[in-house]
Amino acid sequence: MTVYILCFILFLVGLYGAITRRNLVKIVISLSVMEFSVFLFLALIGYVEGGSAPIIDPAKPDALYVDPLPQAMVLTAIVIGLATTAMLMSVIIRIYRKYKTLDIREIKNLRG
Amino acid sequence: MNPLIPLFIAVPLAGAFLTIILGRFLRDAGRYTGLLVLLCLAAVSIFAAATINGEVLAYKVGGWEPVNGIPIGIYMVMDNFTALVLCIINIVGFLALIYSVTYISQYTSENYFYSLFCLMVAGMNGVVLSGDLFNIFVFLEIASIASYALVAFGVEREQLEATFKYQVLGGLASLLILFGIGLIYWKAKTLNIADIKIAMGSNPDKIHYTVIQLLLLSGFGLKAAVIPFHAWLPDAHSSAPSPISAMLSGVLIKAAGIYVLIRIFFNMFIISSEIAVLITTLGALSMVIGVFLAIGQWDIKRLLAYHSISQMGYVILSVGIGMILLARGTKPEVATLAISGGIFHLINHAAFKSLLFLNAGAIEYRTGTRNLKEMGGLSGLMPATSSTSFIASMSISGIPPFNGFFSKLIIIIAAILGKFYLLALIAVIVSIITLASFLKFQRYAFYNKAVVGREQEIREVPFPMVFSMVILGLLCVLLSLLAIPQIRDMFLTPAIKVLTDPQLYTSTILGM
Amino acid sequence: MTLIVKKTTQLLAGIVFLYGIYVILHGHLTPGGGFAGGVIIAGSFILLILAFGSEFMNLTREETGTTLTENLAILAVLLIALAGMIVGARIFFDNWLPAGKVGELVSAGVIPLYNIFVGIEVAASILTIFLALVIFKEEITK
Repeated sequence: MTVYILCFILFLVGLYGAITRRNLVKIVISLSVMEFSVFLFLALIGYVEGGSAPIIDPAKPDALYVDPLPQAMVLTAIVIGLATTAMLMSVIIRIYRKYKTLDIREIKNLRG
Repeated sequence: MNPLIPLFIAVPLAGAFLTIILGRFLRDAGRYTGLLVLLCLAAVSIFAAATINGEVLAYKVGGWEPVNGIPIGIYMVMDNFTALVLCIINIVGFLALIYSVTYISQYTSENYFYSLFCLMVAGMNGVVLSGDLFNIFVFLEIASIASYALVAFGVEREQLEATFKYQVLGGLASLLILFGIGLIYWKAKTLNIADIKIAMGSNPDKIHYTVIQLLLLSGFGLKAAVIPFHAWLPDAHSSAPSPISAMLSGVLIKAAGIYVLIRIFFNMFIISSEIAVLITTLGALSMVIGVFLAIGQWDIKRLLAYHSISQMGYVILSVGIGMILLARGTKPEVATLAISGGIFHLINHAAFKSLLFLNAGAIEYRTGTRNLKEMGGLSGLMPATSSTSFIASMSISGIPPFNGFFSKLIIIIAAILGKFYLLALIAVIVSIITLASFLKFQRYAFYNKAVVGREQEIREVPFPMVFSMVILGLLCVLLSLLAIPQIRDMFLTPAIKVLTDPQLYTSTILGM
Repeated sequence: MTLIVKKTTQLLAGIVFLYGIYVILHGHLTPGGGFAGGVIIAGSFILLILAFGSEFMNLTREETGTTLTENLAILAVLLIALAGMIVGARIFFDNWLPAGKVGELVSAGVIPLYNIFVGIEVAASILTIFLALVIFKEEITK
């Protein structure tokens, strides 16, 4: 149970960062921290006590394997996370070019 | 119909990649590929809606049959509700793309626009069709990432700011959804929607179940911009290029938010009255706060964006009323009526809100401004835009004989029959405020005194833009036919049946 | 960069590239596969670009090249998947090649083909992202 709680704390750390930081890049880093806490959680729920890597070995027919599906999910989610982060970073570079700052308090054309 | 199901995803994906490849050799490649792809999809989706006839079709990708009754492959599921939403996505997408042909030529690198557009349509079709939660997440991300890029397509200051906000909140939403999916997999050890219902069904762990429901509600609520989660919507929808605003407001928040919410809460969870009351409250709040935020706006597209929140409130409210009644087990026919009103309003909203955004785009295209105070007297100068926007405005405010009237009427009748008098009153009042807000839009944009000295430059927009606006205007009128009982029985009733009778969905997919 | 960095990178990049190919080709037998191998291959290119630098004009030309490669590769994946609807069991993503014997390099039907094309796609797309970010940065400093 402890590991799950640690995962959740990591999620909260990321959330805290995303809410309190003023720098755009730091917000993205906080988002990534949250993302990885969720990935960690997904990887943990697939763990089976004493299980080995899920590659079928013909020599050991009754071996115990960990659940491979969450691992596949994490891999897919990592790819998606890569795309989102890259997209965010390119937007930040564009924002920097237009506004000459990365401070979120100075980037507020839209309101109301 | 069955073998055609994967084409809804494969064709737009192929279109997206072909556009970039052909775009290297032909300058206009994107335009033709995009139009061709969306035309095919629109035709196939109409065919699907016409022939599906109340069945639930399951397509097993890769041919993986269930083992010991446990589904192991990826399932694509098509039923009447899916077919209706597919029709919305692909028809509105096609019309928005025709509109874009002239509108988007003011930007550079057009081909990327068409490629991203196809990708977004593929993502939305995938969300609607997929039968397991993780694929919903993946396709949701495809649609969202394409829409992030499309919102920022003009790379102006405001668009970049809006897209950053949209992306951070969208990313947060995806994380909440993924977290919820993880929690479900932890207990149920399956991801198939129908199988989760069986696996968690008998006696779920109460706290765990509620946490999952709240996580998924807030995740998809963020995507659907329900009121406490609405911060990104007005910025993103008003800053995007107009055809994209029409797609985002008209289709994306429905396909990625409302559709999935309805699907999982009816077909995956056991409806509990607490969650149903929460959903109804959120709907009522969205309705009221959305319209009050809208009425003070002078930027046309911002005004329309806030109205999107308010109108989505109607859909969520009526679905919530249906859920409350179903959870209580009393008056199932009123519950059916409420849900059918909600889904009817969902379809109508796609027609009139995308039309309004296209109108706003047409006004911006000719006058170069979105501020209502800086325009006026356009009714004589832009007759097609003016008349279609009049139809759409009357439709969204619920004036007969346009479609918005009938769906709002059904929702209000259902609320009264279900003894939710306060909600019915709120719905009527919100509708009146909506009317006031749109009368302001009509008066300032089209009927006020013209701005001096600009009459010569302003004329009607080019033909492709007029064409899509007129077709959507016709749809606004024609969709009111869905209120006639015979036609409703053909399209709406089977769609409601899948939702109110979860046994049908579950048993067909699991082959029991 | 100094001569030491350049020389080491030159020696390493080829090995990294080969290792990426190894991971892709054994994707259906061992952990790894298209995505992991593709990232490794992209890494070898990124190492070279970081060590040797590149002219701005060169960067944009490389970027259009990688975009094209990426799209062709992912289109190939889609076509293989669609081919399953024409031959064999007529199902999307059907494994329409003979499966072979478990544990051999040429086995598992079309899965190695998917791995190869996904590997190319991932390598090209990560390289595209890298190049695009570098190009953006160069445009700012100009």
